[in-house]
Amino acid sequence: MRSLKLAPGSGKVIRRILSHIKKYRSLVILSFALALVSVTLTLFIPVLIGQAVDEIVGAGNVDFTALREKLLLLAGCAVIAGCAQWLMNHINNKLTYHMAEDLRVQAFNKMEVLPFSYLDVRPQGDIVNRIISDTDQFADGILMGFTQFFSGVITIIGTLLIMLSIDPLISLAVVVLTPLSFFVAGFVSKRSYSMFYKRSETAGRLSALSNEMIDKLKLVQAFGYEDTARERFFEINSELERYYRTATFYSSITNPSTRFINALVYAVVGVFGAISAMNGMMTVGSLTSFLSYASQYTKPFNEISGVVTELQNALASAGRIFEIIDADAPAYDREGATAMEDVRGEVSFKDVSFSYTRGTSLIEDLNLDVRPGQRVAIVGPTGAGKSTLINLLMRFYDPVSGHISLDGRDSRDILIHSLREGFGMVLQETWLKSGTIRDNIAYADPEASDEEVRRAAHEAYADIFIERMKDGYDTVISEDGGSLSQGQKQLLCIARIMLRLPPMLILDEATSSIDTMTEQRVQKAFAKMMEGRTSFIVAHRLSTIREADVILVMKDGHIIEQGSHDELMSKQGFYHELYMSQFETA
Amino acid sequence: MAPLFKCLEACFELFVPLVVADMIDTGIPAHDAGYILTRGALLLLLAVIGLICSVTAQYFAATAAAGMGRSISNDLFSHILDLGYKEIDQIGTSKLLTRISSDVTRVQTGINMFLRLFMRSPFIVFGAVIMAFTVDPRSAVIFVVLVIILSLIVFGILIGTMPYYNKVQQSMDRVTLLTREALSGQRVIRAFNREEREQAEFLEENSRLLSFQLFAGKISALMNPLTMVAVNFGIVCLLYTGAIQVNMGSLSQGQTIALVNYMNQILIELVKLANLIILISRALTSMKRINEIMEIKNSMDTVAAPADMALPADKETCEPCAASPQTPFISFRDVAFSYGGHKNVLEHISFDASKGDSIGIIGGTGAGKSTLINLIPRFYDVSEGSIYIDGRDIREQDIHKLRARIGVVPQKAGLFAMSLRDNLKLGAPDASDEALLRAMEDAQGSEIIALKEGGLDHLIEQDGRNLSGGQRQRVTIARALSRDPEILILDDAASALDFATDARLRKSLKKYSGHMTVFIVSQRVSAVRDCDSIIVLSGGHIAGIGRHRELLLGCPTYREICETQMTREEVERDEIA
Repeated sequence: MRSLKLAPGSGKVIRRILSHIKKYRSLVILSFALALVSVTLTLFIPVLIGQAVDEIVGAGNVDFTALREKLLLLAGCAVIAGCAQWLMNHINNKLTYHMAEDLRVQAFNKMEVLPFSYLDVRPQGDIVNRIISDTDQFADGILMGFTQFFSGVITIIGTLLIMLSIDPLISLAVVVLTPLSFFVAGFVSKRSYSMFYKRSETAGRLSALSNEMIDKLKLVQAFGYEDTARERFFEINSELERYYRTATFYSSITNPSTRFINALVYAVVGVFGAISAMNGMMTVGSLTSFLSYASQYTKPFNEISGVVTELQNALASAGRIFEIIDADAPAYDREGATAMEDVRGEVSFKDVSFSYTRGTSLIEDLNLDVRPGQRVAIVGPTGAGKSTLINLLMRFYDPVSGHISLDGRDSRDILIHSLREGFGMVLQETWLKSGTIRDNIAYADPEASDEEVRRAAHEAYADIFIERMKDGYDTVISEDGGSLSQGQKQLLCIARIMLRLPPMLILDEATSSIDTMTEQRVQKAFAKMMEGRTSFIVAHRLSTIREADVILVMKDGHIIEQGSHDELMSKQGFYHELYMSQFETA
Repeated sequence: MAPLFKCLEACFELFVPLVVADMIDTGIPAHDAGYILTRGALLLLLAVIGLICSVTAQYFAATAAAGMGRSISNDLFSHILDLGYKEIDQIGTSKLLTRISSDVTRVQTGINMFLRLFMRSPFIVFGAVIMAFTVDPRSAVIFVVLVIILSLIVFGILIGTMPYYNKVQQSMDRVTLLTREALSGQRVIRAFNREEREQAEFLEENSRLLSFQLFAGKISALMNPLTMVAVNFGIVCLLYTGAIQVNMGSLSQGQTIALVNYMNQILIELVKLANLIILISRALTSMKRINEIMEIKNSMDTVAAPADMALPADKETCEPCAASPQTPFISFRDVAFSYGGHKNVLEHISFDASKGDSIGIIGGTGAGKSTLINLIPRFYDVSEGSIYIDGRDIREQDIHKLRARIGVVPQKAGLFAMSLRDNLKLGAPDASDEALLRAMEDAQGSEIIALKEGGLDHLIEQDGRNLSGGQRQRVTIARALSRDPEILILDDAASALDFATDARLRKSLKKYSGHMTVFIVSQRVSAVRDCDSIIVLSGGHIAGIGRHRELLLGCPTYREICETQMTREEVERDEIA
């Protein structure tokens, strides 16, 4: 038998799994008990058949009362075994699905509290895979593993016992012959493994290609790349066909081969059995039951060897899920943290330094004081640290040293929810949920009335395009905004903020895809709402920035210039240079 | 071929109980060890033949499944490539992706399993019934009844669970969507303190999924127990009627055993079948989903119209004006367009453009700028009116030839995971390296080549992740220029470029003006002010066409745009100039 080869560190994973299953202990025990009942009864049935056959000897030589008794018993066994089996299946389903759901929800909930330093560095597809497919695979594998392993072992032991009780000698022959089938199965699986590996590798290449081509299908068509794309796809697909064929063929040999060995066992048992029956050492009925045991005997072995692979997969999946569930998520709220009340909107940075990766610092010794109600614009080339400033304000990341304070309090002493409630944030990367436009605008407050939603949309100048859509506010938008243009998506994100305008605003390139005219209007609306509100505006477009109270010009993590538009223009520095390039004509 | 060999294998397997019966009825009473041995040898022979047949069958099954899988995914991929923009918008990319990946795999597994086992099991089942008839027709009636009951069970459960598995799949899709969304929107979710509500929503959808799963599971869990009970009842009946007949002397003990063995064979096959049914029903659902896509046809008639077939005779016959110098190169005649909603996104759009013109398109968000330029390469067909290029309606031209003349730089810079060279050659497979370098230079992207290891051979990652936003845009501009297009469309293509680079880019594009008509969609006045003609769009209508100064004086919408972007003095200076 193939040994259970486990990856290093799997001991911990197994302990973790066991502690998880503990919750369902009673169900697991029940499932095992039912398996025991159903397997025992199923095994008992051939014995009864054999006994029944023994009552049917020949013409005029049938003991009907004894036969009836045996047959009734047989029917009873079948019914009870059937019920036990169904109940067991049901419980197993329940176990699997509940466990998968449980893990999935746990992982999802964890995701919502993990720090961005964890989420930002991992590919999203990978995390999604862990939450979706790995949970499934784990639950499936662990279930198959435990139940099949258990019933397999009972079946083998039971069969062996019964066979030995009927005829030890023939049983011995069976026991000697069966390992042959493992040998064959092992041989085949070793051969097919490399083929399977190549197959999945090629399949991976194919799906990468189709992913890319379909994702950018419009581009492909615009550039007339269809035929080349088709050719590339066909080529990899033909390769895949070749590997698929060989891999499938190799692996599918296992079944006929083990069946062949079964047939071999069957023939041997038949011959020996018939000879001993001839010599009167066993009854014909016993021979019948023996034959049916012999044909069933090898099956659990095959299953168990399948189980080993299942279990290995399940363990690997479990490891991946637990990595998320067990990831470090430091509490945001310090002891003694309290909520903010009557936010004035005074923000200051004191000697703040920050870096995403140890060793390469991004922001160094940043100092900044913003008075309540000031409009602060942040400009500068890409990579200057503008978005990082926002990450720090919202506490998506915490500074490495120094501190940020709000209304004179260290922001880490403020409850995180209260802190974030104080800010309204619109990012360049628009994010909308799949759902209706109304749901999206009412994201901040699902209880908002229809009127409030319309007012918010109106203030964001989004009502014009919304009303032009087929279903108006009830238009369902698909994942990531679907067919809306980038500018329309940004208007919706702004409407979302307009609904419940918080005391402080962060606009990170919030209007970059909106035309300047609408933008001006939106800004005006913002300005009206922002009386007495502190706001931070990151923008490329300098027209957006001109009217800010303070303009921070950032470069390489430092604030190199600071002042109003007119002040900075007269300084003839970096800002002046940036601003003038705007009007350079061709 | 696979079914034939499966059938052969099944037949040989069916002989086994007969041989054993013979052994018991003839060999044992006669105490003929030699006879028993020869029968044993016969069993071995049957096993060997069975092995050969089934291996052959597996080979054919594997070949067939591989071949069918390939042709299904080839067809599907080809079909998807030929869909129009309208259909792509409608179906959505993520749906197309699951169809071609997981659904195709499921169908392939289904086919393989079907060929391997579905073909074998019915043979065994029906074969067993037939063999039972040869042994004892009266007992065989029990077989017939049983097989009918069993097929009712199997197919009943199969059909009964199908809609639920469908629901499970849909719910699973939702759960995946929620996960993906929550992940990409983490910042917004946290900014709005919506973590708990997102979690509640996720939990709710998961509970729904769970209840569907449990319900479908409950029904399909019936399969094995029910068939097992049915077969055992069959055995009971068989033994009882068998006993009566044996008692009357019309049946032997060995024959009864043979009958019981056939019954057991049916049971074993059914167990296998039951395990497969889920696979097969999943494959069927997937096949249905694939077919849904295959049935969506491109709504555009992309086949060249007869006028195009007559291309050589063009000048004399159909379009007398085509060659005349007065005919505008591109002309829109009262074009209207809608994406399918009630309102038109564009209405009454008419304008002309000559060869070498540069045309700026400016207007508010949702004014229809991108829609307008998407009509030129026929990404969408106009709802009303017509667009003419070289004096001929573009719907009458070969769509591939039409698109080959146009270079498009889309809003979102989409780059492919291949070398920089291959990316640039996307629409110009025959372009030389010099041409590519020249295009990069004109797109202000020479520094990218110098900066990146390997130059043109530098591997671009998926979506151009190893380039900055500005670099990506410049590469996409160079990609369009590499085609040496007659029409260049820049759809807000310089939004990530700083103003200085943008200005240099416009300057270098000037030198193509001899043979290239350029459409520049932008929100920056600075990007369009030097165009030969500027189209001002507002709410899907043309609010004005003309040069910068003309519009400044004559088009209030344009003036308003300018005033938001320029200082008063600058506007006044332009009025005079």
